[in-house]
Amino acid sequence: MVAVAQQTAARPAMSLPAMVKDAAIFAAVAFTLALPLLGFRIQDKGSTSFIETRFGDLFYAVLVLFIAKLLMSLINAGLARPIALVTGVLSLGWIVVALVNPVAPQYQVHTWFTWLVVASVAIRAWVVWRAEATAARGVVAGVIGGQDSHGTQIGHLVARLGRQLGPVFFLIALVMPFYAYFADDKRLVDLGVLIFTYIMLGWGLNVVVGLAGLLDLGYVAFYAVGAYTYAVFSVKLGLNFWETLPVAGLMAASFGVLLGFPVLRLRGDYLAIVTLGFGEIIRIILLNWAELAGGAQGIGGIPRPSFFGLQFAPSAPEGQTTFAQFFNLDYSPFHRQMWLYYIILLLALITNWFTLRVRKLPIGRAWEALREDETACRALGINPTNTKLTAFAIGAMFGGFAGSFFATRQGFISPESFNFLESAIILAIVVLGGMGSQIGVVIATIVLIGGPEWFRDLELYRMLAFGGLMVLIMIWRPQGLLAHREPTITMNGGRAGARAK
Amino acid sequence: MTAAVAAPLRDPAAPLLDVEHLSMRFGGLVAIDDVSFQARNAQITAIIGPNGAGKTTVFNCLTGFYKPSVGRLTLRTPGGGTYLLEQMEGHRIAQHARVARTFQNIRLFPRMSVLENLIVAQHNKLMRASTYTLTGLFAAKGYVRAERAAVDLARYWLDRIGLSPRADEDAGNLPYGAQRRLEIIRAMCTEPRLLCLDEPAAGLNPRESAELNDLLLFIRDEHKIGVLLIEHDMTVVMKISDHVVVLDYGRKISDGTPAEVRSDPAVVRAYLGEAEEDELPPEVATDLQTIVKA
Repeated sequence: MVAVAQQTAARPAMSLPAMVKDAAIFAAVAFTLALPLLGFRIQDKGSTSFIETRFGDLFYAVLVLFIAKLLMSLINAGLARPIALVTGVLSLGWIVVALVNPVAPQYQVHTWFTWLVVASVAIRAWVVWRAEATAARGVVAGVIGGQDSHGTQIGHLVARLGRQLGPVFFLIALVMPFYAYFADDKRLVDLGVLIFTYIMLGWGLNVVVGLAGLLDLGYVAFYAVGAYTYAVFSVKLGLNFWETLPVAGLMAASFGVLLGFPVLRLRGDYLAIVTLGFGEIIRIILLNWAELAGGAQGIGGIPRPSFFGLQFAPSAPEGQTTFAQFFNLDYSPFHRQMWLYYIILLLALITNWFTLRVRKLPIGRAWEALREDETACRALGINPTNTKLTAFAIGAMFGGFAGSFFATRQGFISPESFNFLESAIILAIVVLGGMGSQIGVVIATIVLIGGPEWFRDLELYRMLAFGGLMVLIMIWRPQGLLAHREPTITMNGGRAGARAK
Repeated sequence: MTAAVAAPLRDPAAPLLDVEHLSMRFGGLVAIDDVSFQARNAQITAIIGPNGAGKTTVFNCLTGFYKPSVGRLTLRTPGGGTYLLEQMEGHRIAQHARVARTFQNIRLFPRMSVLENLIVAQHNKLMRASTYTLTGLFAAKGYVRAERAAVDLARYWLDRIGLSPRADEDAGNLPYGAQRRLEIIRAMCTEPRLLCLDEPAAGLNPRESAELNDLLLFIRDEHKIGVLLIEHDMTVVMKISDHVVVLDYGRKISDGTPAEVRSDPAVVRAYLGEAEEDELPPEVATDLQTIVKA
């Protein structure tokens, strides 16, 4: 509390001219930086290209930033509350308007940019306002620093809601394809499959990064191993999806151990670099191994999953029935999409169940302890080598399962699909969600994978919006959206039970 | 000594650890030079000496963090078996020879709860109970029972240091003195034969220091295990140790009961310096005064 009060009080209250001057300097810097980026654009017209100037956009952006900076100064000068209210209403209102009535496309970029800035101001104002209110109330307990305490509060809230939220999320996930089926929205199911694939990958990587604290930048390698294992076994040996799934998992797990061994002594950044290299090695091997992996052409014609032997096809080969025939339905490609959706939902839920369960077992606690302090672990008789290897292996195994699913969904895989960007996205999901938080992974996936789909209207700027969003999250929640850890075992929580006995 | 090995149960203070001709070199630097001493069951053996005397290096050799350059470290079990610690890896020393240690700068798992810290200390026991995760995954009865027993052991120690009400808080949020005590009981949860404490009283106020003394005496008297103690706080050393080993510049300069060590001219010389009394660092000066007074 005292710290917060000092923090707010310590900022010298600027006079209005000083604020304007400050904002002007800020705008000038922004102008200089944005001039080459935003001011000019090379346009191609037939064979000639010319430079188009976009000073209007540039001045607009700089003006918005100037006002934002001015507002930031005013927030610190004691106007946090009104500014928080106004900008908050504006930014939330804009979301409502945008949802109800999509804005004309040519204004999209401007409005998105403005919204981002206004929302940032609103969040900042809200944080300062809350800090001031807390300081004024003189509340001592639990407040370490204004921003952290909000994060902790949100974390607590989500943890409390978690038990109720989980089943709600689950029910929504369960009925979603039927909604899409009747609404005839194929894109929604596709997006659902994509999101659950990444949720599963996120949960798998969470074991390695979130629990064991081993920064793995090459997770996609195990995804690739799983995908290629399934492709090779199904195409060359004719095994079906469920038969190959354990093989793919085992294969990926062995690669996890293979990677684990040489990197056991490494920590932090060094580990990250080696795993990054490992991811690339796998990709390059696949690219060059023409006989087995098909090289750059990849492997095509991978069998799609069948519904307990019933094919999803417009017409069945001799002597077989299709899914649609068996259930007396008209053939629709939707059926297969829905089946794929339920497969990945099941796989993801198994991953989740396993992770939640293993957290409460000695091995899971040892992973977390290893993340906290490896030296102390050794002094307590925990074998760091084996513990790290199991983390790598189990994380890799789930990556392998997800890879198999990816192969059967696509029907075609090539090394293209397993580049570094994939690893980076999966890692971003885990980090943004809050390391070790299962529900955080879900929310981060929806934001990171679903987000770009919703931002599609922004065209080229969507990656900019995506990056901006990540920067904002890192500023306000450096520990991730839901970095809240519940103890895996309690004594005093169980005390009520003990009394009842 | 041979008699003690033959009848370990009859003599509560049987020899537990023999350090023989221990030397540790880092390149040209000799951190420990031919140190030998013995620690016994149900006794507190203190290792004291000026800064840089090599006390923590002895601990690191004992607990497998360093491989000694020369020397033999023998740990005796009550059954008459021996472990040669200098040949074992750190985590095996803790797991099999059952030598537990604490650290000079506290090494808890700060973002895990107090109780979890104590459960992690019982890792190997619980791993076996969960059949290396296989049966534990499905909450088999044996594992549930083992986990309950582990919580009971944790509760026993938490009650001892009065931390039970805070068992579910993050260990990193405890006050400093409580963290020190928690680290000691975490080491006790591994059910050690030898407990090595590296400056447990550092940074404690007099009241906390007295609580620490009680805890160490309790461990010695009730659990009959050997305690090896590195300490600067002479009130702690002189009050509770049964045996004191003094190191200076990596060499052992004195060895005996607190009273013997206090009157040993070599010790006085090491702490005082020969003719440079004026330049005595204040920290050493207070130590010295305590020794002389006590």
